Amino acid sequence: MTEGPLVGLVLVSHSAAVAESVAGMAVALAGVDTVAVEHAGGTADGGFGTDADRIAAAARAADRGAGVGLLVDLGSAVLTVKSLVEDEELPARARLLDAPFVEGAVAAVVTASTGADLDAVEAAAQEAYGYRKV
Amino acid sequence: MLDAEFFRRWMLTTAAAVDREADRLTELDSAIGDADHGANLKRGFTAVRAALTEEPPQTPGAVLVLSGRQLISKVGGASGPLYGTLLRATGKALGDDVEVTDAALRAALDEGVGAVAKLGGAAPGDKTMLDALTPAVAALGDGYGAARAAAGKGAEDTIPLRARKGRASYLGERSIGHQDPGATSSALLVGALADTAEAVSGD
Repeated sequence: MTEGPLVGLVLVSHSAAVAESVAGMAVALAGVDTVAVEHAGGTADGGFGTDADRIAAAARAADRGAGVGLLVDLGSAVLTVKSLVEDEELPARARLLDAPFVEGAVAAVVTASTGADLDAVEAAAQEAYGYRKV
Repeated sequence: MLDAEFFRRWMLTTAAAVDREADRLTELDSAIGDADHGANLKRGFTAVRAALTEEPPQTPGAVLVLSGRQLISKVGGASGPLYGTLLRATGKALGDDVEVTDAALRAALDEGVGAVAKLGGAAPGDKTMLDALTPAVAALGDGYGAARAAAGKGAEDTIPLRARKGRASYLGERSIGHQDPGATSSALLVGALADTAEAVSGD
């Protein structure tokens, strides 16, 4: 399963710093640099919020032909990605992953690096909801 | 019959109302939100105004789809995809007709409001824009003025509600006693529709 293109990932947050640093941490913890992990945080003018055009561009940049998983934090990040998916403004096999942002990102990057398909990456990210902390 | 010019005027009238009321919307949002609703919507509708002026679309549906796209990309907050979805879903439901009837607009708005409910996972009573939009669409059968009144009342009726969606829901009981900013701006959109209809019919 390691032949062929890998699933790409996009991290979308209200905050540019959060999106960028979670992307960096997921890649570092995964210990790989083979997965395309893009980040799209904050608004075009550097404020807190989401920018649909930047998210769509990040999804295109992460697309290697095996599909793209988008992880989001809250509020407008969720709603903007959902509406982009609904209106087919993302690459054909791009999908919102229902997962916790940080834990899901690490699980998704590790799983994608094995050559797993988008369904498997989604399942791994989703499983992160099950890791109880207390 | 309503043509593309009618819908363009509706959007421009909404933009003017948002400009006028931006401070009030932000003030409402500072009570239970993150104090950016007025500024965000103003930025979005400024983009709508520019897009409609640069390249005026030829059908009612196209006016709403283009406006919705501007809101999704420019607003930056949750109201962007919500209003964007409302206008785009309504515009798509209108199809490619060059002129549409009042009844067709009513049916299309009903679809648009349904799309907003689906996107946000919300229902009337959750203290959201649906609390103004849902009664407005229901009242549209009695005319545009009735829809404006219903939206305004719907927005005021959010005051005693406890928020169940969005940032305000984290406040729990402290969200009670404040008018919802999204329902308030929705009432502006419906009011602008009534203003436009009245101006066109010469009332």
